[in-house]
Amino acid sequence: MRRGLTWFNVSSIALGFAFLYIPILLLVIYSFNDSRLVTVWGGFSTRWYWALLENEQLLDAAWVTLRVAFVSACVATVLGTMAALALTRYGRFFGRTLFSGMIYAPLVMPEVITGLSLLLLFVAVDFDRGFWTVTLAHITFTMCFVAVVVQSRLVTFDTTLVEAALDLGSPPLKTFFTITLPLILPAVISGFMLAFTLSLDDLVIASFTTGPGATTLPMRIYSQVRLGVTPEINAVCTILIAIVTVVVIAASIVTKRAESQRQAEERAAMKG
Amino acid sequence: MASEKTRKETIGAVRRSFAPWTDPTKTPLIRFENVVKRFGDFTAINDVSLDIYEREFFALLGPSGCGKTTLMRMLAGFDEPTTGRVTLAGQDLAGVPPYRRPVNMMFQSYALFPHMNVADNIAFGLKQDKMPKADIDARVEEMLKLVKLTPFAKRKPHQLSGGQRQRVALARSLAKRPKVLLLDEPLGALDKKLREETQFELMDLQMELGMTFLIVTHDQEEAMTVADRIAVMNNGVLVQVATPAEIYEQPATRYVADFIGDVNLIACKVRSCQGDQAVLVTPITSSPIHVTQQVEAATGDEAWVAIRPEKLRITLDQPPDITENCFEGTIWDIGYLGDLSIYHVELPCGTRIKVSQPNLSRMVQRPISWDDKVWVTFAPHAGVVLTR
Repeated sequence: MRRGLTWFNVSSIALGFAFLYIPILLLVIYSFNDSRLVTVWGGFSTRWYWALLENEQLLDAAWVTLRVAFVSACVATVLGTMAALALTRYGRFFGRTLFSGMIYAPLVMPEVITGLSLLLLFVAVDFDRGFWTVTLAHITFTMCFVAVVVQSRLVTFDTTLVEAALDLGSPPLKTFFTITLPLILPAVISGFMLAFTLSLDDLVIASFTTGPGATTLPMRIYSQVRLGVTPEINAVCTILIAIVTVVVIAASIVTKRAESQRQAEERAAMKG
Repeated sequence: MASEKTRKETIGAVRRSFAPWTDPTKTPLIRFENVVKRFGDFTAINDVSLDIYEREFFALLGPSGCGKTTLMRMLAGFDEPTTGRVTLAGQDLAGVPPYRRPVNMMFQSYALFPHMNVADNIAFGLKQDKMPKADIDARVEEMLKLVKLTPFAKRKPHQLSGGQRQRVALARSLAKRPKVLLLDEPLGALDKKLREETQFELMDLQMELGMTFLIVTHDQEEAMTVADRIAVMNNGVLVQVATPAEIYEQPATRYVADFIGDVNLIACKVRSCQGDQAVLVTPITSSPIHVTQQVEAATGDEAWVAIRPEKLRITLDQPPDITENCFEGTIWDIGYLGDLSIYHVELPCGTRIKVSQPNLSRMVQRPISWDDKVWVTFAPHAGVVLTR
């Protein structure tokens, strides 16, 4: 069988990538457009990026988004890791299957439903909507992603390492911080980054649960676009794309490197 | 050379007189008292009582799933007995978590911490005891020297060979000077030659440190080599607890005889037992079987005679006395192992018995060959009568 690049392979790859990336590329290119009209090329310029610095509303929204993303990712990482540990480590406790099914449910739940149910909850308990409600909502829906990522690492985690540490006199909590956590850290970090980016670009859940003074960047962009696309929006989006790209690439490098190192160690162990 | 000799004499002196289990005034270090362990419906350990004495090298031997590892894990604190008691130096271990027990375990997989180097792995247990740093460093240094790994102190586990990792695991479990060292199939991952060397190293180490070792293994040769006493387990019960020689020469049951080494088990009927002389008959040969052994059985009872292949003699010529302890057959197959040969002899009734003979000289005038007619004989003290 031929394994080289045939014209068919090349064209399908090219088409696929074009389909995925031409809209994004267009957006990036037009963010450097000098013209005020979005669809007319008026020469290269970075003026819209400078204009951004004066757009208080957008900057506020960006700051809110970053704070929400950071706080929710931190909490989601802790909760998600704990859930993953409980599900993999403590054998078959009562209701384990139900619990593990429930942790995956938010992955497939339509965002509108998650958003709506959270909104109902906040209204029911009379929680003032704003920064904290958005953050809580984001914790809820990103936690399960962290749990999935960490759980997939824990499945291959050698539990005799924990037993060895206990046997040598290290109490359980200390063992977690000296043995388990350092070894699963790459998965925890990539879980954090995943939660961070998910929170960063969420529009639906945020618009359901937000309140006055806590408008996130995707919400701000969405509401401005309804009044017409401005080059400024293109510039903001380009920056957002850059951040997400960097975070995602960093996360995959972290996991990949840890994974290949672990495999090398396992190979060495098998050989010995 | 001289120091080597004195050391050998010390080993001999200690080993020869070491038998605390025969001394009723000695208190055991470890006691399992009527221990039962159930996992759901499955009974892993069924009413086991066992005493292990200080400075003993004790082996738990049995096939996989016989409960030997569970018994060890109860001592380490990873499993609690369902009923019964485990005591260590008089202290009841019930409810004492693994990190507060004065025992350390060497794991089958070694369980070295992959993110720490060799020295940090060894120091891990010492750090938990809040030992001063200088003392920790000195102890780590001493342990590295003991297992001959001083140049590898800064290596990570994955940069070591299997044998080196095994020694790091050993050093780590010895570093805290535990009252008891538990070894869970410690040499399972090593190749045969290295395993045999390490067995003798382990024995020397145990002598030198004067510690109590408890080893779990499914390898009967390993248990026989290293241990002062062996407990043979099957299906969660102790079948026999005795020294290696007793286990091999006077097995308590057919199971033990069959599990330890090679054996010919011959189903017989008791004809007579007088004093320490027993005579049995079997359908597979016309000559009666005579065994020098006190047997508690009546005439006509069912019994088995167990004879090890190396205790049988094989000849091409008819022996002078064929009135007892004699089989006549033909060679079915031969296994040449170098140091000895194993002959499978087929009797007229179709039963095959195994005979092994040392190859004493390089050349024999007329070697025993396939389809030869042979005579197999044995002395009255070669076999052992088993009633269970």
